[in-house]
Amino acid sequence: MSGALVHTGVFDMPSYVQSSFLGLIRTQLEVSLGATLAGLVIALPIGQLCSRLPRIYPATLGLVTIIYSIPSIALFVLLIDYTGESETTVFIPLTLYTLAILVPGVVDGIRSVPPNVLDAADGMGYGRMRRYLTVELPIALPTLMAAVRVAAVSSLSLMSIGSTIGNYGGLGDLFLLGLKFFDNSLIWVGLISLLVLSVFCDILLRGVQRLLTPWARSLRSVG
Amino acid sequence: MNLFTYLRQFFDDPAYRSGYDSIWTRLVEHCEYSAVALLIAIAIALPLAILSGHTGRGDNAISIVAVVGRALPSLGLLVLLAAELGLSLSVTMIPLVLLGIPPILLYTHAGIRAVDPAAVDAARGLGMTPWQLVRQVEIPAALPLILAGLRAAAIQIVATATLAAVVSFGGFGRYIIDGLYQYDYAQVVGGAVLVALLSLVTLCVFWLLDRLLVSPGLRTR
Repeated sequence: MSGALVHTGVFDMPSYVQSSFLGLIRTQLEVSLGATLAGLVIALPIGQLCSRLPRIYPATLGLVTIIYSIPSIALFVLLIDYTGESETTVFIPLTLYTLAILVPGVVDGIRSVPPNVLDAADGMGYGRMRRYLTVELPIALPTLMAAVRVAAVSSLSLMSIGSTIGNYGGLGDLFLLGLKFFDNSLIWVGLISLLVLSVFCDILLRGVQRLLTPWARSLRSVG
Repeated sequence: MNLFTYLRQFFDDPAYRSGYDSIWTRLVEHCEYSAVALLIAIAIALPLAILSGHTGRGDNAISIVAVVGRALPSLGLLVLLAAELGLSLSVTMIPLVLLGIPPILLYTHAGIRAVDPAAVDAARGLGMTPWQLVRQVEIPAALPLILAGLRAAAIQIVATATLAAVVSFGGFGRYIIDGLYQYDYAQVVGGAVLVALLSLVTLCVFWLLDRLLVSPGLRTR
């Protein structure tokens, strides 16, 4: 399939791509969704800390904004010296970028929890961890998931810049390979697949959100 | 060995001091691409967003533009347009402009929508015409968000102008792309640091603009 020099089907990759179409999609999803997940794992404690100590929030927000404003291509190439030309080199900057979206998302989410709900949980004898997991997080979830969706979609699209440091851009590899080998159809395939994948991930994450917040459905029907 | 060694090597190299490949030439190119793209994006998006925010229409259309803008890979668009329409600077400008439009639209629209309705009513009560209302009340009150949108657009454009080098043009991206091809890592590092610095300078410019232009009355938060 991928060994043919002249590709026949739209999704049959020519040999210079060195990966099947499904392989590219797999790398794409692994790295960009993995980075979003890693960003979430980092952003949750940072956000929690910022909502507990409101004074450090502006400085934290400033820091993640400064990181976010460093162009991805610059971060990728600077990291080559440390992590080599590898998926890690793309993964780390993508994770850092998601923080600029996820940290405010977590803080806004936690702030959306009414204080009397927390008091009620305390009054019912909930411990810190139990209150966090069963009360705060679920109520913060809609705001949080909106940020997660934005972070996932931007990571999917940003990752394509990884193709400039070698073939680490997932479907984005097709852009530069298409340009190099004068195969415009390859660029089209990459661009359209990436857009479809982004929309698909967005819909999937909306589904996850609905599954995690079953009460939101009944609330919406009430008004 | 480490990044500072590469940086010293890059900045000591006379090839980047003067002439065709000098840092100064590349800086001017980079700023030129970015400024032209930003100005075109502003000219398109700002009036539209002020109109839609003032009339309170087009919420859905603007949120769709925001989603599409976020999902669209700029490298893909840049390469596709260059491959389909040819290597010309005006073609390279298209993705940069398209990249700048969504944040300007989104922030300006949201900013004008969020202006205190009491202030708008008071202005109407004073007998202001719609034009006066927009110019003297809505734009000044929405300015922090308008500037935040312009900042987001400018930073995206400065970052992506680096990719103009992929399709044969200049700017700081030239060092990164050429360095990668020539296995000259000092050049790559130099380019990357210059682009990062330019982005941070852009961030500072907008922070200054915010300090200078936004009414102090709005900065109580």
